[in-house]
Order: sequence, then structure tokens, then C-alpha cells
Amino acid sequence: MATLKELSAREELFSGGHRLCAGCGIPPIMRLLLRSAGAPVVATTATGCLEVGTTIYPYTSWRISWIHSAFENSAATISGIESAYRSLKKKGKIAADKDIKFLALGGDGGTYDIGFQALSGALERGHDFLYVCYDNGAYMNTGIQRSSATPLGSATTTSPAGSAHPGKGQWRKDLTRIVVAHNIPYAAQASPHNWRDLAKKAEKAFNTEGPTFLNVVSPCPLGWYSKPELSIETAKLAVDTCYWPLYEVEDGILKVNYKPREKKPIEEWLKLQGRFKHLFKEENRWLLEETQKRIDSEWERLLEMDGKRVF
Amino acid sequence: MKKDCEEKKEVPLGGVIHKAGNAHDYVTGGWRKLRPVLDKDKCTNCLICWVMCPDSAVIAEDGKMVGFDLEHCKGCGICAMECPDKVKAITMEEEEA
Repeated sequence: MATLKELSAREELFSGGHRLCAGCGIPPIMRLLLRSAGAPVVATTATGCLEVGTTIYPYTSWRISWIHSAFENSAATISGIESAYRSLKKKGKIAADKDIKFLALGGDGGTYDIGFQALSGALERGHDFLYVCYDNGAYMNTGIQRSSATPLGSATTTSPAGSAHPGKGQWRKDLTRIVVAHNIPYAAQASPHNWRDLAKKAEKAFNTEGPTFLNVVSPCPLGWYSKPELSIETAKLAVDTCYWPLYEVEDGILKVNYKPREKKPIEEWLKLQGRFKHLFKEENRWLLEETQKRIDSEWERLLEMDGKRVF
Repeated sequence: MKKDCEEKKEVPLGGVIHKAGNAHDYVTGGWRKLRPVLDKDKCTNCLICWVMCPDSAVIAEDGKMVGFDLEHCKGCGICAMECPDKVKAITMEEEEA
């Protein structure tokens, strides 16, 4: 495992000058990902903040081979690229000992919802690639519409909080679990605040043959109505409250990578974000309690499976 | 009109950008309201600020934190916030108008 000093000696493959918001959680994830590959990377990105913010023509932040995808097909695009690579290798047009890594990226909208079918197909076909979802919990790029990753009670422009509804009425989809059910060799959840854990997982995923998946929580000052300087702190609290547990499933065995010494109440994470402001009103108290109950039960379920075979 | 057509021809087929990472030529420092200021005497070169910076704007050389790329820093303040409590070598100061 590389130290920060060693990581900083590697080339910066994600340049500044992109148009992502101040305090955005996505770039630290990308910078670390690209440094952890250990080989040249070819990447594609589903429509979303990352794609739009980094490739406003005629500029690109990517110092790797990068190709645009539509909203729904980043996993299909990477499948095609990886297949072409295998074919060219077979024909001897790419040297047999050449190692290239393939990376598909998408936000929660492009992964949980719109790109889900393409992702499921690519996982089933067994392409050799890593899919990374940066989960900021809504369609932030188009103006904060709810997605299936949006937490219960969160106010978005399509699930506004008011007298009729207290924000989004449904619990979020557990995509990591759904991906794990594809029986792929490696899937994990990570967070940018824990760079060591994230880099380790990225390294492991890049070096595993076959489809691999990382789901990374990505704070969004714009859509979470949180302070830009608190982005990393907010990611940390998502993990310390067990809203976003850090775990991995390697060859079917689940491992919880981080157990907080003191599990913090969910309010501590929620109160940093304006999208949950209405939950602290007396009439919405029940939603806070429901959220805490659900998190407790999910965390318990995860601890029960720790070290066990899950498929 | 003729000029428009000629300009269009300059766009490579498929909108390919040949210079990787040329977003570096685009300056985002003007977004900044607060400027990070480093106290070198306090800094322990742990590089937490470097790894957490969204704008690749903390400059690390030979494993040491040497300063900020103010052409690209958007002044989010993550570096100052994440600098360990016992160190606190970075302060955010108001940009002069």
C-alpha cells in the first residue's frame, strides 16, 4: 500500500481547471483512483457532473484516454472498448504483455437508474473492467432531482419538502448489494475521507480479473446544501453514523472494513445538510426515528454477515 | 459566414481533444472568495491537504507540501479544514477585491 508521499510522486492524471463546484467530492475520488491503477487507464464517463464538468469543449481534465458516453451506457461503452482490446491483442496488434485497465464512471443517476441495465449486462458478460459510481444521491448536474439513491426524507427539486410531503418518501436502493448479487469477483463501498481504504480498494479492483465495482459516497455542497469546506467531514460522518458502511465482498466473502468505535446518531450527519433541515421540525420527528431504525438494522445485518460467504 | 465555415473545419472529427489535460489552461482561480495561506513553520508535510484537494491545486514536490496553485484553487477551504487539528497550518483569508 502506497503512502501519500509515494502517491504524490505519481503523475497527476486529473488536471485542475475543471468546472466542478468548489468543494465537490468527486475530484479527490478520481485523482486517487487514477493513481491507484498502476497501468495506463482507458475511461468512459456517463453523462453527469463529472462528465460535463471535466470535458467542456475544447478542454479536458483527463490525462488518460477518455471517451464520452451517453447517460445510460457507460458500462456498455467500456464493454465494447475492452472487447476490442481483447480482439486486437489476439490479432497481435497490441503486444501480449501490454497491460491496460478499463474504467467506467457514473453518478448515482447514471448508475442506479439510467445506466443500470447496461451495468447489469456488462457485469453478467464478465468484461474485465472496473465500474466506479460516485454517489451524491441525486441528479445534481441537471438541478437536484431525486434518484433511487436519494436518502429517505431528503428534499430535492422533484421531492420537495413542504406541508404535503416531508421530502423523498422512499428508502434508497441498495445498489452495492444488487451488484454483489451478480457474483462478480470484487465489489466494495468506499468514501473519499478514508483515502487509504479507497486507494487500497481501487488497487485491488484494478488488479482483479473480471468485472469489479466500487460505490463511493461523494458529498455535494450544491445538492446537499452543505458548506464546501465540510465535504470531507460530511463523508466521514456518513461512515461514522453507518449510513455509508465501508465494506467489501471479495470472491463471495463479505468483510466490514471499518467499524466506528462509537456509532454516531444519524442526526449528526443530517444536520450538516440543508436538504434535511425540515426533518428537525417536530412534525417530522418520526422520519428521523425511522431513518435511525433502518440504519441500525442494516448495520446489524452487515455485522452478522462480516467474514461470511454471501454468495 | 465564410469565416464560420472555416472555423468549423478546425474542429477535429468527433470533437477529439488532442491535448490531454488541457483544462489546466483554463483558469478557475477567479471563482475564489477565500484564499488558502500556508504557515510553512507549522506544516508537517502529511499531504492530507494534497490528497483531498478537488482542484489538484495543492502542490507537492518530493513528498513535501510547497504551496498552492492559485490559478486553479476555487477556495473551497477543504485543505484548511482537513489539516490535522494539532497542526492547522492553513488559514483561509478574504481575497482582496
